Amino acid sequence: MKRFIILILLVVSFSTTFAQQNAPVEMADTFRSSGKIYVVIATIAIIFIGLAIYLFSIDRRLKKIEKEK
Amino acid sequence: MKFIYQTWWKVIAVILVFSTLITGLLFPVPTLPILHETIRNLYFHVPMWMGMLSVFVISVFYSIKYLNTGKEEYDLVVVECVNTGLFFFALGLITGMMWAKFTWGEFWSGDPKQNSAAIAFLLYCAYIVLRNSMDEEQKRAKISAIYNVFAFPVMIVLIFILPRLTDSLHPGNGGNPAFGKYDLDNGMRIAFYPAMLGWSLMAVWIASVRYRIRLIENKRNNIN
Repeated sequence: MKRFIILILLVVSFSTTFAQQNAPVEMADTFRSSGKIYVVIATIAIIFIGLAIYLFSIDRRLKKIEKEK
Repeated sequence: MKFIYQTWWKVIAVILVFSTLITGLLFPVPTLPILHETIRNLYFHVPMWMGMLSVFVISVFYSIKYLNTGKEEYDLVVVECVNTGLFFFALGLITGMMWAKFTWGEFWSGDPKQNSAAIAFLLYCAYIVLRNSMDEEQKRAKISAIYNVFAFPVMIVLIFILPRLTDSLHPGNGGNPAFGKYDLDNGMRIAFYPAMLGWSLMAVWIASVRYRIRLIENKRNNIN
């Protein structure tokens, strides 16, 4: 009986270490499922579009100056 | 050179980068320990180096062209390409340090990749110093063009070859697997490749705008 209990204990302890090995890697799943990630994307998109428009306007101004020459 | 005055490729650059802002944040990524969600930095940190590389390649091309023909405009292309390349170099270093803080534990851990990238940065700063230290235009252009031709392979060796030969924490070095191993089956390529191309074109665009400004400045200086 004693041997049997020890065996069961060992099996149980093995299963816990095994479970630890397979612990899920933490990802920002709640951030995604709650839809808040779209706020971040919108912010970045606005900044980038602003920068792109700014670059295009610099380009256009430069073209005007080049034509004057 | 007509290419830099056209608009179509600038629109493509903006569309490509814009698409990666959305796909890069929304598309699934492999779940890896330590990295977690920071693996998405791959779409923004690595393209900085790609942008740097593409303008540096153009600068070497025009250095050789300058040495062949002696045309002053080619020298101006080289300078502005190196300036833009240094800007992207700095962005790559800073974003790399940020990423390192949260994955390697330290902003600067003296990793071979970080150290040799810093040395390569100084190498290109030396180009700027060398060029500005001379007043005579032709001599300045010739010497800095020769320096640039030699600086490029040294930079490549420092950043992309030497860290691979030793132990480095950076992926793709010292026996560490590169990210290429993971993105094969994970659709990361859909966001990664457009980012590489898009940011390269952005770098070329910025360099071309700077070159056109310098061309006008140069003309004005010659007339006066």
